[in-house]
Amino acid sequence: MTPSGRAWLLLGLIGYAILPWHLADLAPLANRYPAGEAGSGLGRALFGGAWWLLPIAAGLAVATVPVVARLDRDKAAAWLVAGGGFGLALLVVQGFVIGHNGWTTAWLAAWFGAPGPRQGGLGFGAALTALALLMLLCQGLADRGWCRGDAFVVSAIGLVVALIGLFVFFPVLRILVSAFQDNAGQFSFSEFAAKVLDRSIWGLDCLTSSLRCGVAWNTLFLAVLVGVGTTALGLAFALIATRTGFRYKGALRVLTVLPIITPPFVIGLALILLFGRSGALSALLYEWFDIPRSRWIYGLPGVLIAQLLAFTPIAFLVLIGVVQGISPSLEEASQTLRASRWTTFRTVSLPLMRPGLANAFLLGFVESMADFGNPLVLGGNFEVLSTKIFFAVVGAAHDQGRAAVLSLVLLGFTLAAFWVQYAWLGKRVYTTVTGKGDSGLLLPLPRRVAWLCYATAIPWAVFTFVVYAVILVGGFVRSMGRDYTPTLEHFLTGFRIEAGRHGLFLSGSAWDSFIATLKVAAMAAPLTAVIGLLTAYLMSRQSFAGRRAFEFGTMLSFAIPGTVVGVSYILAFNVPPVEITGTAFILVMCFVFRNMPVAVRSGIATLSQIDKSLDEASLTLGARSFATVRRVILPLLRPAVVASLVYSFVRAMTAVSAVIFLVSAEYNMATTYIVGRVEAGEFGLAIAYSCVLIVVMLIAILMIQLLVGERRLGRRTAPAPVGNVAVQAAG
Amino acid sequence: MTKSPASVEFRSVTKRYGSVTAVDDISFTIEPGSLVTLLGPSGCGKTTTLRLIAGLEMASSGRILIGGKDVTRLSAAERDVSMVFQSYALFPHLSVLENVAYGPTVQGLPKHRAREMALEKLALVGLQGLERRSPSELSGGQQQRVAVARALVLEPQVLLFDEPLSNLDAKLRRRVRDDIRELQKRLNLTVAYVTHDQEEALAVSDRIIVMSDGRIAQSGTPRQLYEEPANLFVADFIGDANLVDGVVVEERGERALVRIDGITIEVPRRGAGLGPVRLAVRPTAVLLQRTGPGRQAVEGRIAKAAYLGKHAEYLVASPMGELFAIDRADGPLLEEGAPVWISLADREVAIVPSAEG
Repeated sequence: MTPSGRAWLLLGLIGYAILPWHLADLAPLANRYPAGEAGSGLGRALFGGAWWLLPIAAGLAVATVPVVARLDRDKAAAWLVAGGGFGLALLVVQGFVIGHNGWTTAWLAAWFGAPGPRQGGLGFGAALTALALLMLLCQGLADRGWCRGDAFVVSAIGLVVALIGLFVFFPVLRILVSAFQDNAGQFSFSEFAAKVLDRSIWGLDCLTSSLRCGVAWNTLFLAVLVGVGTTALGLAFALIATRTGFRYKGALRVLTVLPIITPPFVIGLALILLFGRSGALSALLYEWFDIPRSRWIYGLPGVLIAQLLAFTPIAFLVLIGVVQGISPSLEEASQTLRASRWTTFRTVSLPLMRPGLANAFLLGFVESMADFGNPLVLGGNFEVLSTKIFFAVVGAAHDQGRAAVLSLVLLGFTLAAFWVQYAWLGKRVYTTVTGKGDSGLLLPLPRRVAWLCYATAIPWAVFTFVVYAVILVGGFVRSMGRDYTPTLEHFLTGFRIEAGRHGLFLSGSAWDSFIATLKVAAMAAPLTAVIGLLTAYLMSRQSFAGRRAFEFGTMLSFAIPGTVVGVSYILAFNVPPVEITGTAFILVMCFVFRNMPVAVRSGIATLSQIDKSLDEASLTLGARSFATVRRVILPLLRPAVVASLVYSFVRAMTAVSAVIFLVSAEYNMATTYIVGRVEAGEFGLAIAYSCVLIVVMLIAILMIQLLVGERRLGRRTAPAPVGNVAVQAAG
Repeated sequence: MTKSPASVEFRSVTKRYGSVTAVDDISFTIEPGSLVTLLGPSGCGKTTTLRLIAGLEMASSGRILIGGKDVTRLSAAERDVSMVFQSYALFPHLSVLENVAYGPTVQGLPKHRAREMALEKLALVGLQGLERRSPSELSGGQQQRVAVARALVLEPQVLLFDEPLSNLDAKLRRRVRDDIRELQKRLNLTVAYVTHDQEEALAVSDRIIVMSDGRIAQSGTPRQLYEEPANLFVADFIGDANLVDGVVVEERGERALVRIDGITIEVPRRGAGLGPVRLAVRPTAVLLQRTGPGRQAVEGRIAKAAYLGKHAEYLVASPMGELFAIDRADGPLLEEGAPVWISLADREVAIVPSAEG
């Protein structure tokens, strides 16, 4: 057995025999250890009546045989596979079968008599044991020749599969299960059908009467509008940026960075400050033109404008790549065939952009569906699925089954959109960038197209800057729209530091959530990068059975809207065996698996530029996989490391949809705190806090760039593709 | 060199990818200190075979021995084999020196020792003074030499080359080819060398293994392959051959009298009995004369002609089919459409055993 195998075995034994098996308060340890509540697996099994933990020892014992008997590699492998697999399976099964209130399934209770044995969630000991058993299993499989006998690769696959299974598939499965259950916990298809086809979801009353339409139609309608709008605006911006002599292209670039660092609901907040009943513009309109103040911004118009503002930059980023990618020689070819500029644009350029346009539309569509912050802040009576899910969970009804059903509908929409994108765009080849140099010049836009672009884009850009100006100014005046006296009052409320008897004291109301957010983001970012890039490495460099399913699993968490993730995490992790709601851990894991796909994508994109023969050269020079990853791949992967760190950090600071379900009193997040302030009408504090967040994120991005640095490739410099992050964020 | 070169032996090795068989039950031995070329068209399994030696692919069945030791289940890192990649695979984030010192470094040797070894090998390939450069600052030929130095630094038992010349321009190829051969002889290395260029293979090899569809079509010295092709594939692949039908009319011990469309010549018999046979006729064995039909000649017509300086190439329409001929071009060029008389030289015509094909 290899040294690492022995180490894992040792850790497994420690986890089983010494560490507390269950999740328990460790404070008064004496009387509850080793056999009591805080006891180790072994202690509880032998002296604490938890007999079901004993067979796990058998798994560990089987895995110990090769060490004791000094078996050679081939023979040891079989023991490791058997011991690791058996122990792990038992551990998982007992965790799911025995819960807080005894048997978790009705037939077990009927068979063995209710209520049966009880136990809490798995703790450190169980987690370490499970990890060790998994690693022993992987070691055994590697010794049996899996993945060219590479233990590092097999272990990495095992680890990632286990994590994705636990934090992506398992919660989704729980949603499915609870959607099909009636209130008594019985499976009932008819009830599910009734819930899914409910009038409040699919009703079409708004067409025939003054009643409201179903929430699914609302969502769909909004998403289509946003998709079309962002695509059109994005195209206009992209064409201006690449095909005209527009002078302020730098400003357009700024536009692409803004959405990365703007919490999603901040735009909605700024719109309220501009157009709300006491908004700045509303006040002007009232005073100058006598237009009465109204609540028009709350509802479809407000949400639509906010989402257009928020997601147009994403469409721009997608489309600028597409527009730039069109080979100029294709257009020149068209012109030499005596087509006018307009004909060329219409018959060559535009059709070549078609996949990009479709892509941008789908991104806008999906983003709109998944958006939670803006509808929450601006929706008013206009309900969409994501907010409806939220209120089903936190509202008076507290109907998790209904939340699950709504989540399924929303998940169905987004998965369908992704499927369309994959099936339709994935197969079409519109290769416009070839390996050959292209010396052609980009064709300037036909005049009427150029004017159209200017007419759409410039007012919009001005509007965007006004919105951001509001965000900047709003924090520093007493009350937007009413009282423009400059003040630092809002910042003081949130971030006051007082000198108390024991030194400085953070008395501002925002400090708790601010520090919690920083902590969680700082933990989530490196984890996301590690797991994401490891997954990217496995997917692009290793071939193994089930790779497609693996790929699907990692991308699935991308397609799941945040609200759905939130609901599914509550359903999955509120009860044993993995009982982690209310902890910082669940927030971290939520962020890791929500943001991992971006790390995976940027990792794969960067890896695909790194020739595989580099790995192989390293291998033939005697470096094992791990050394190869460390010495060759990681240094070349720096841009992807930067991108995933930046993205996951920023996302962890700005996300609101999933975390709003998961925050606790102890771990409140900045975004949920701000949303709370908005709902309480404390706009000044909310906007001041948003400003602070944006500044912190900018600093963090700069620091990450500085710490990780650029990769060194001789003369050639490869800039970190930070711009791509936003595209991937949306994709 | 401190280590002695090792042999490489394949025993019934098969490599399958799903339902595709890339290498099909092949067996061969590379003698210690020899340079063996794996030659064949793309997709024939030659690169897979090389990667099987390196341990970058694992055999589906069969056994691989290096230096008499079974390495079938060992990973690339555990085999004492180095490889020079087609793309050179130089680490772009490391300097030339760091690239060459990579092997000893990951083996855990002390830094100064790794550096010494690297400098020694860089001197061997004539790259002193460039060790601080980045690979991207070197020319293609220099990069290739860095790759060779890096592969040599651990003094492997076997050195592998995967199409090492394909990224070099035509003039440089001949020189690098000679350098590799010279280095191999000087250091007494066991080398496996993959190429699809038959001329390159003939020039550098002690032995050539010709592969086709995942199998070995023939293996032997360059001369054996050229003069005694075992089958039609080898005859055609090595040195261009016209494949024509003939009839053995008389057995004369080791030789046979063969009639090809009215031309009768004497060639090595190669086990052929009386009756029809296929023959490989090298382009230089097709003799063209514009005048006077001899007894041993048939009439033909020039279909295409190309003048190439040292020689001229012709495509000749004849009763034997279209023949590709190379003429030393000491006389005036034959024109397209001109009638010619075709005769065959005794040498460079070989009977191709019929069974395999």
